Amino acid sequence: MDSLSPEALRDLQLHANDVRQGIIRSLLAAGSGHPGGSLDMADIFTALYFHLMRHDPTNPDRPDRDRLLLSCGHIAPVRYAAMACAGYFPVEELLTLRRFGTRLQGHPERVSLPGLETTSGPLGEGLAQGTGMALGAKMDGADWRVYVVTSDGEHQCGLHWEAMMTAGKFKLDNLTCIVDRNVIQIDGSTEDVMPLEPFADKYRAFNWEVFECDGHDIAAFVDAVEKAKQVKGKPQVVIAHTVMGKGVSFMEGDYLWHGKPPKKDEAEQALRELSEARELIGAGR
Amino acid sequence: MASTTSANAASAAMHLVDYADLGAIKQVPTRNGFGEGLIEAGRRDEHVIAICADLSESTRMEGFKKAFPKRYIEIGVAEQMLVAMAAGLAATGKVPFIASYAMFNPGRSWEQVRTTMALNQTNVKIAGAHAGVSVGPDGATHQAVEDVAIMRVIPKMTVVVPCDSVQTKKATLAVAARWGPAYLRFARAESAVVTTEETPFELGVAQTFREGGDVAIVACGILVYNALVAADELAKDGIECRVVNNHTIKPMDEPAIVAAARDCGAVVTVEEHQVQGGMGSRVAEILAAQHPAPIEFIGMHDRFGQSGTPQELTEEYGMGVASIRAAVLRALGRKRARNGR
Repeated sequence: MDSLSPEALRDLQLHANDVRQGIIRSLLAAGSGHPGGSLDMADIFTALYFHLMRHDPTNPDRPDRDRLLLSCGHIAPVRYAAMACAGYFPVEELLTLRRFGTRLQGHPERVSLPGLETTSGPLGEGLAQGTGMALGAKMDGADWRVYVVTSDGEHQCGLHWEAMMTAGKFKLDNLTCIVDRNVIQIDGSTEDVMPLEPFADKYRAFNWEVFECDGHDIAAFVDAVEKAKQVKGKPQVVIAHTVMGKGVSFMEGDYLWHGKPPKKDEAEQALRELSEARELIGAGR
Repeated sequence: MASTTSANAASAAMHLVDYADLGAIKQVPTRNGFGEGLIEAGRRDEHVIAICADLSESTRMEGFKKAFPKRYIEIGVAEQMLVAMAAGLAATGKVPFIASYAMFNPGRSWEQVRTTMALNQTNVKIAGAHAGVSVGPDGATHQAVEDVAIMRVIPKMTVVVPCDSVQTKKATLAVAARWGPAYLRFARAESAVVTTEETPFELGVAQTFREGGDVAIVACGILVYNALVAADELAKDGIECRVVNNHTIKPMDEPAIVAAARDCGAVVTVEEHQVQGGMGSRVAEILAAQHPAPIEFIGMHDRFGQSGTPQELTEEYGMGVASIRAAVLRALGRKRARNGR
């Protein structure tokens, strides 16, 4: 695929801004949830839903769709917002997040909302399921791909490494793991809680091809994934370096925003900042 | 062996072997039935696949591996992976059977079972091998006697504990054919084959293997044989027991359990499992709500297993024929006291 044109990039940046505003609005309405990781993956989910993936919002079960698994289910608001913006369901439904009877469960439930692929929340399980799907595609000779979005913190789970070993064994080149490397988890820095570095080397040692990029540089992320798709005989990981809470000044880099929703005045300020940023993106035309 | 006409009629209707004839009865591990059933399931449905965690011989997946090498996946000693990966494969339309020792799967993998199989509603079948203390010399670490409890508590899970190798083959085919997450439990040791090819089998339908009106013995797994032998021995003393093969723990055949309690007035449950949370506990839940009756529980009473022969361990933990007879007499005494006799 060609690299992004300036117009295409600007459109993706506008979509990402919409996604961030959707996250803030849904979390304000919910009164609980996880803004930090949701905001920092807005650019990546936008790139996946609006550019990289083969999918159809009007036919979520399309057999040859690419599978997008969200392993760290607690950042569901970013996925819900991206899906709404992409046309899977009305944007207003985002305001039902975490409410009784909603399809937008606090952690994603596949049987509740079409297009989710898995039920997730307990950490470290996404890559294992994605490995199964990728192997199933290989067994069937299908050409769809599997993308698994993971947090860096969940790399402390043993199951994730079982999955890395297995994907390496079966040479699943139709599997791409995307890591939200914000270096933050609930109790602080990943490197204090349980160090992950040398992170990329660990993947290489498990026979994975490693790509790294700035997770907020949409063009760089798209480029990394396009290169990953060209790899033969190996699963790939894209380690996306991100800033927790990206896009909202007072949340950026602050682990206290991992699981604390914005209050009304905080949400208003966040939306004001995002609207101003949107103006700047639009002016860049 | 003494037994009444009605008892024989029930046995004949179920096409049981003459289990009283010790010379004629065959001894086959229930796991063999799983191995045969899996191959047959593979023949019947090309979507059936097998995934194993480094135990293909002892779980009897070996035959499937030879018959369908492209549909067999080896993932090594990784039981959480076994479950979660199977859930992913099921999402692509496969019908994965996953095998390890019950102690490790679902023993080690419970949260993956709950989230990726049950809550996520995937068509994965767990084959739990080497369940119960009849594992023998391997000792307590490898003797799963809590697995039924942790599986039956999960919504949407089917739980099956067949009584012999022939029935295990039928149960394997039945869970393969019925959509939904399932747990199939079987054992390592050789055990008496009491059913035949002609014996009917349907998930969720308990079977009356012996008729009687004094006490109902509700059993599952390889101890069904001990229950039958105990019932025949008691018949010599004029005590007639109904023996129910309660192979499906979930969803349990509630009408059959209530009918057994109503007709007999007292119940003995028999299982190779902790009495807390197992098959007998479910029987007690049903009867407490629908038809309270005296119940005696045969099984592990809050103890771990240990090394020994299957026979030694079955006796040590009170699951032998003599223990079942004693439990029947206790149940009968409580029933008579209750009835003012």
